[in-house]
Amino acid sequence: MAVTSALPDKFLLWAEEQGMIKATYTATFCEMCFWKCGTMAKVLNGRVVKLEGNTAHPGARGKLCARGNAGAGLLYDPNRLKTPLISTGARGEGKYRKASWDEALSVVADKLNKIKQQYGPESVALFTHGTPTDHFLPLLSAYGSPNVGMPSFAQCRGPRDVGLELTFGEGIGSPERVDMVNSKVVVLFGSHLGENMHNSQVQDFAEAVGKGVKFVVIDPRYSIAAGKAHIWMPIKPSTDIALMLAWINIIISEGMYDKQYISSYANGFTELADAVKSYTPEWAARETDLPVQQIVETARLLGKNAPAVCVHPGRHVTWYGDDVQRTRCIGILMALLGTWGREGGAFFATKASFPKMAAKPFPEPGKAPLNLGGFPFAGGEGVTQAIRTATISGAPYPIKGWFVSGTNLMKSLPNQKETIEAIKKLDLLVAVDVMPFDTVMMADVILPECTYLERHDALAVGKGKSLTVSLRQPVVEPMYESKPGWWIAKELSKRLGAEEYFPWNTYEDKIKNQCSQWNVDYEQLKKVGTITIPNTATPFITVTNQPEFKTASGKIELYSKELKEKGFDPVPRYTNHQQPAPGEFRLVYGRSAVHTFSRSTNNAELSELFPENEVWVNSRKAKEMGIENNAYVVLVNQDGVKSNRIKVKATERIREDCVYMVHGYGTTSKELKNAYGKGADDQGLITRYAVDPICGGTGMRVNFVRFAKEGSNA
Amino acid sequence: MPKYAMVIDQRRCIGCMACVVACKKENEVPPGDFRTRVVEKVEGEYPKLRMELRSELCNHCDNPPCVYNCPTGASYKNKETGMVLLKKYRCVGCKSCVAACPYDARYINEEKGFADKCTFCEHRIKEGKEPACVATCIGKSRIFGDLDDPKSAVSIALRENHAEVLLQSAGTKPRVYYIRKFGKPE
Repeated sequence: MAVTSALPDKFLLWAEEQGMIKATYTATFCEMCFWKCGTMAKVLNGRVVKLEGNTAHPGARGKLCARGNAGAGLLYDPNRLKTPLISTGARGEGKYRKASWDEALSVVADKLNKIKQQYGPESVALFTHGTPTDHFLPLLSAYGSPNVGMPSFAQCRGPRDVGLELTFGEGIGSPERVDMVNSKVVVLFGSHLGENMHNSQVQDFAEAVGKGVKFVVIDPRYSIAAGKAHIWMPIKPSTDIALMLAWINIIISEGMYDKQYISSYANGFTELADAVKSYTPEWAARETDLPVQQIVETARLLGKNAPAVCVHPGRHVTWYGDDVQRTRCIGILMALLGTWGREGGAFFATKASFPKMAAKPFPEPGKAPLNLGGFPFAGGEGVTQAIRTATISGAPYPIKGWFVSGTNLMKSLPNQKETIEAIKKLDLLVAVDVMPFDTVMMADVILPECTYLERHDALAVGKGKSLTVSLRQPVVEPMYESKPGWWIAKELSKRLGAEEYFPWNTYEDKIKNQCSQWNVDYEQLKKVGTITIPNTATPFITVTNQPEFKTASGKIELYSKELKEKGFDPVPRYTNHQQPAPGEFRLVYGRSAVHTFSRSTNNAELSELFPENEVWVNSRKAKEMGIENNAYVVLVNQDGVKSNRIKVKATERIREDCVYMVHGYGTTSKELKNAYGKGADDQGLITRYAVDPICGGTGMRVNFVRFAKEGSNA
Repeated sequence: MPKYAMVIDQRRCIGCMACVVACKKENEVPPGDFRTRVVEKVEGEYPKLRMELRSELCNHCDNPPCVYNCPTGASYKNKETGMVLLKKYRCVGCKSCVAACPYDARYINEEKGFADKCTFCEHRIKEGKEPACVATCIGKSRIFGDLDDPKSAVSIALRENHAEVLLQSAGTKPRVYYIRKFGKPE
């Protein structure tokens, strides 16, 4: 019986049941978020009907989260970008005409070549996230610009990585190398695991909960994790450092630190002990609004259970602008408890690696990069808002072109006014993406990338306990006129005279070559999706596996000379942050387990489960203000910026001085038919941000909002 | 023949909804309908709170009101596996079963005109796989297996833990068991 690809899933499943057609399975890895879980795609008659976790992949372990399960919803989203588009109106007006690939690529290349002639290649910046980076960062480098900015640094993990690098000489990695399953106590600072869904990490979290591991959750909101916790500490937002300094003080003064570990591996203990003496539990209790007894008891709980204690360094940590120092506190606690490199604490990545591939060196940029923004410890991912600032000011040199791939800047950067102002200064804004997100719909030229289920991407090398390599390969052919990122980059390189940096015909050729040089059986990889190189794990400190600390001193730096030399506190110090006035609430934001920022809100299966965000407010406060549960309100921030309407969740689950909402809603893109008009945009209310002077992270929990009636002009 | 049952270890559920989406995709459940859901309940007053996350689905009752109330014989209890299933071709969409089920586990597939609900993924069981919700359960909160096999995961879970069923007073004798000891802030 002939079946055509237009048949709906339900018929195909029935036909399969009747034995009329047979399903095939293709291994690839997911990009519904950025954990890169191995997935097996079930295809019936050319249609992806089901996605399942790959048992061979360490990030998936045979399971997928809600988003991973809903991947076909992205593939078959009717609102996908289908053809290249060229703007016919003003920027942001959303008027476009369809264009051929040749025309669209030529327009982009012409503009890029013009910018290069007039201003130099450094005047083009790339903003990127996820696997598109593997294609467009080489393109940017080949073009001659060093100016890349990834929101994953200054708007997310940057301060954490810098804080740990300053302390231990390396970060915690992604996936985070935390050994929660073997911990006796796990401490989570605002980290709402479960709602913040990273597959294998949440599997470990649930496993630890199931095993009866004690969780200490510090969060102004009663999160899912708090609901699973032994101790929930509803801390006053912005005072986490006070709690940790008191803990450090108690652990030292009561002699609960790991003396052997500290004397073998750490520097600066005396300076640390002196610096924290004044941070008493009583003082911390006043600052944090937590009971003294609880502060003392939790410190002892950590001390008693060391070293099987995991003080989780979190992931999105750009909160108050002193975020490197907060992570330093976490690092110091880990060191004092001797948990870095110990079972139940943090483990070491495998030392095994694949050989580096030989490649033609990229041209040296003529001008110094401006994407580090003058921050002494800015990372290689760049400081997004430094590029934005330079775009607005034209100093130290003008930025005239933005290339944006896989990131929605309007939703990821604080203070949208600045983003819009910068975009106005550009000669060229190009967006490569799968969906018509807010920022995409501001671009001069839109290049439709196909989804992760339709393309090859770079091999994903995992360095957890073991070394792994995973393949992304097309499960089905690209729909519409969408194209893989690698193809777009290569085609542009031809038009920019940089094709020599893309010396292969297809990306599969490149991957095959890489596999042969890495001694990985490509045909086997195609079949199984992930190959683990056996016997490469050395996770914990033993007599023969001694840790290496790539810090300035070669030891754990409890006292950081590097920070001191650059004019920062060598030992973290507590600073007071401004608190909301009466009637105001601090705006705290977070995540839903079924969404990835603003990227999944249009997905049919996911928006069905979580169609709009809600503003959580303490029920007593709501009553005081006369606001009903489930009513719609608008929020007005300290600068008078109003949100879209948002539903009220009056709940006991949050402190009285803050409100909470899930990030990523309130899209301005009318092309996202499912998501448009739903929920409020937290980023729109984040007009103020506190920049971390150490690394450039933008603290975004420094905005205060008031409630106003829907439709009011408050 | 095995006697199938599911155990929900509520301690391990983190409310991530992976089960809900996996079920929808596996069983082509129409938009707006669900064969399983996760109920979130919070009790107490700030800051003394307690949270319950509870996955709900068809209980595959041994005393199934949906079967008794079905006028056409479409709903039936498979005597061997214990699954409560539906002969779609006999269903007229009269909603008797929807009304009779105390667990709100059924819905009418409006497009196709029959009642529908969880089948424990019978088609997957036949292939030697676990139900889709169990296979993808991030917290290993959902456990599935054969009650007649003392070594099965469900038998072990029920032997080692105190388990309850939903609405025991309804006398439905469910095949879905709940292990429900919750963490409480101290």
